[in-house]
Amino acid sequence: MSSNKRIREKLTLASATLLQLSNVAAADKPDDAWDVSSAILFYSENDGRVSAIEPVISGTRELAEGEKVNLKLVLDSLTGATPNGAHASSSSQTFTNPSGKQAYTIAPGELPLDDTFLDTRVAFSGSYEMPVIDNYSRIILGGNLSKEFDYTSLGVSANFLRDYNNRNTTFSAALGLNADSIEPSGGIPTPFANMKVAGTGTNRDGADDSKTITDFMLGVTQVINRRTLMQFNLGFSSTSGYMNDPYKIISVIDGTTGLPIAAVGDDLPYLYENRPDSRSRQTFFWKTVHHLTEDVINVSYRYHTDDWGIDSHTIDFHYRYELGNGRYLQPHLRYYSQAAADFFVTSLVDGAPLPQYASADYRLGEFVTSTIGLKYAMPVGKNSEFSVRAEVISQVQSEVDTPIGDQVNHDLTPDTDAYIIQFGYNFYFGG
Amino acid sequence: MFKLLLVIPLMLLSACTTVQPWEKDLLAKPSMALVTSEIDNALDEHIYFSKEASMGGQGVGGGGCGCN
Repeated sequence: MSSNKRIREKLTLASATLLQLSNVAAADKPDDAWDVSSAILFYSENDGRVSAIEPVISGTRELAEGEKVNLKLVLDSLTGATPNGAHASSSSQTFTNPSGKQAYTIAPGELPLDDTFLDTRVAFSGSYEMPVIDNYSRIILGGNLSKEFDYTSLGVSANFLRDYNNRNTTFSAALGLNADSIEPSGGIPTPFANMKVAGTGTNRDGADDSKTITDFMLGVTQVINRRTLMQFNLGFSSTSGYMNDPYKIISVIDGTTGLPIAAVGDDLPYLYENRPDSRSRQTFFWKTVHHLTEDVINVSYRYHTDDWGIDSHTIDFHYRYELGNGRYLQPHLRYYSQAAADFFVTSLVDGAPLPQYASADYRLGEFVTSTIGLKYAMPVGKNSEFSVRAEVISQVQSEVDTPIGDQVNHDLTPDTDAYIIQFGYNFYFGG
Repeated sequence: MFKLLLVIPLMLLSACTTVQPWEKDLLAKPSMALVTSEIDNALDEHIYFSKEASMGGQGVGGGGCGCN
């Protein structure tokens, strides 16, 4: 290879890093090859809750100067159970599954879990990048399709990027549109209607519903000095349509005893949740990448706010510790804190006026998620890399409502621990 | 809070030096990419999307699922 070609490739690498699209290929990769990343992730929560196996494969190929295509396939297979929104109680509790035909009973003191929503998801995405106007700007067009038994998601996106200042600065503007539809087992539950005793019918509002999500993002990536790069993004997102979780309920308790009230006829003491049909979100994201003598620090901060009252802060930190010969260790720390949605409740009191919206879904509550992880990677042969990564994710919930009566005896906001282990293999195919 | 955060990039951007193309040796390294593993990033984003009520910040698109 001539020395001129090497210099040109190094400059191409330099600009590609700034423009930040996908993994930068090694300088001596085979021409016309697919740059393939593959991985398999194993995910497991405590106490018989959700487990998942997720294989993924993604390939990028350069078609011409500055023109790239990426294809990605993800499979996501879930088993286990997830909280149904009702809380533990000193009395035994009986629920009806979403089809309305079968009952399941939870022992006193146990957190009510339901395994109905879990199955396999397949997601396919593709993107195409090409220069536009001149060598200083480009556009990336993307599409995605995701399918599981009760949910379909279809989306498109466009991202325009332009370099300035000797390629030290890149501005970007991106637009994304998604259309999701849900066809839950048993149909769409009537918001705030009661869950009914198994076999006595169901309170339903049709078989399916949908929502649309519009995302807009402005970004700037800036070289700060020879060792430091920063990125700032401002995101605006608007969702309109059905956002309830059709499988989640809220316990109706007696205002004195704190126990779920007795069934009234066929109506069990649980109401289907009700969320607003619009949601407007904003995010501020800041990332810094800094090269030390050998190692690299990668740290980011994200602030999220929306009109549901959910404010959150995320700090994500990776430290790449070079071991030599292309091997590295990468510790990872992540800290996330979330304020509860305005309409988040632990339970509803029988006889009290119903709020306009309510949900007991723990994911809308007040909590802190802490993650600690470690990754090890090593080169295999000339152009391949093997990696293994393990993480522990710990979610600690805070109480939002004051416990009443029997509620004091139970953990109304149980913590969740999750463990992941992932094996990855990157290689070149063809060419 | 949101408007206050916008001040940070403006302050930092004024402290930059212009780096010439031949000085971009370190910046060109794969370890200096903003996202060094797209797959790790996408898998993590999906996990946290299923467990938390916030999403996004890094880009648009990506698709949804029934997991949230």
